[in-house]
Amino acid sequence: MEEHKHVKDIVNKPSRHVGIIGYGAYIPRYRLPGTEISRIWSGQATPGPVKEKAVAGLDEDVITMSIEAARNAVARAGIDPQLLRAVWVGSESHPYAVKPSGTIVAEAIGAPEHIQAGDWEFACKAGTEAFVAAMGLVGSSMADYALAIGMDTAQGKPGDALEYTAASGGAAFIIGPAEKALARVDAHYSFVTDMPDFWRRAHQKYPEHGQRFTGEPAYFNHIYSAASRLMESEGLTAEDFKYAVFHQPNEKFPRRVAKQLGFKPEQIEDGLLSPVIGNTYAGASMVGLTAILDIAAPGDRILITSYGSGAGSDAFIITAQEALLERRGAALSTQDYIARRTEIDYATYTRFRNKIAMK
Amino acid sequence: MEVPRHWRLKKQRYALVGEVCPHCEAKIFPPRDVCPECGGEAKTAYAFSGKGEVYSFTRMGNAPAGFEEQAPYTVALIKLQEGPIVTAQLTDLGNQEVQIGMPVEMVTRKLRSDDGEKGILVYGYKFRPAMAA
Repeated sequence: MEEHKHVKDIVNKPSRHVGIIGYGAYIPRYRLPGTEISRIWSGQATPGPVKEKAVAGLDEDVITMSIEAARNAVARAGIDPQLLRAVWVGSESHPYAVKPSGTIVAEAIGAPEHIQAGDWEFACKAGTEAFVAAMGLVGSSMADYALAIGMDTAQGKPGDALEYTAASGGAAFIIGPAEKALARVDAHYSFVTDMPDFWRRAHQKYPEHGQRFTGEPAYFNHIYSAASRLMESEGLTAEDFKYAVFHQPNEKFPRRVAKQLGFKPEQIEDGLLSPVIGNTYAGASMVGLTAILDIAAPGDRILITSYGSGAGSDAFIITAQEALLERRGAALSTQDYIARRTEIDYATYTRFRNKIAMK
Repeated sequence: MEVPRHWRLKKQRYALVGEVCPHCEAKIFPPRDVCPECGGEAKTAYAFSGKGEVYSFTRMGNAPAGFEEQAPYTVALIKLQEGPIVTAQLTDLGNQEVQIGMPVEMVTRKLRSDDGEKGILVYGYKFRPAMAA
């Protein structure tokens, strides 16, 4: 309990209040059911940890998906993209090892030349890490608007447990001054430790993971610590929130951590997309937040907590504003993308995800 | 490898940026600095909406060099809302059948890699069945 005395001092609140000016999701069209993976690897079509996962098409990658999510965010923001001062993409599947994804996204959406555009990597929390940096850039008045994206075409080794969930998708957020926001960011807190639960070494195609070690000391400890300390410092409990969204590597983990933190199932239902799109890694908690913003009412308080292996969690308290009602119709909703669905078989999946050696 | 050419064409390819004629208001794509309607000089950049409809299409079974891994795919002539007709691949068709007059919208996609696994990735416009109402 000693450390909790200090928590109030380490919760981040920029000196200039900030908020979400625009947001946008992207989920590709194709879906691979869990039964199709088990048919190949276990000999019988038994259900997996999620019903199905979203799969990027042949011509899609983190850059193209980020461009569409960013265009949706710009449309909702209603600002000239020339006003952006950062275009930050967080991912563990950047198409290039060396050449920033952010440069191509910035050019495509019409961002100016005076921007920051380095890429972010922190497993599944690379996007929220960029979100925190954007808060800092705007909160310090170095910029009026900064774009933070979490997007992945997650890699899963054929036959591995992760293959059932490793999915494609994500979301983009434009951070700006709170008075123009459609949702205000009230406070933020991050919890980071050195945790070898999941990793991918250089030049390796697929990640490795610590099996059951990825649960209790990794996912649960980090999310619980970040979320509970943030709520405590703000004098809030689960009851003070209308919605909560947590990193969603499957369906079970977010449901369990929500319960540990005192949330009821109905508070997490609308942001829990993993059962129908899988785990979109750096995009997972962020795309869940977009689904909530699509339906939230002004004044609704939202808790979002990401988790990235390695490991860390970023927790945010967000409050929906009046402007949300006017501007959210300016782009496709997250459910519009979920409804656009074409089922594929395992063979098509291996082709789309470049798992067939062509030479 | 054609790196300088890809760099030069990025604006029109990524975001369908063409030109508008300052004399007769004609929208021009691809940009060519001279208005095809009135012959006047036209260098003002103009970003197209990306909305259009299928004017005609064909299915490519035998793809040209650099596009083999994508075959079979559909190439279409798209009549843009603003007037010009552009040639582009259709994408995200799923099981949807293509029809003349079908409303489509521009998306930026990976066109190909210039020089296999080690070359630069070339991004540019394709069109998909319109999602927005």
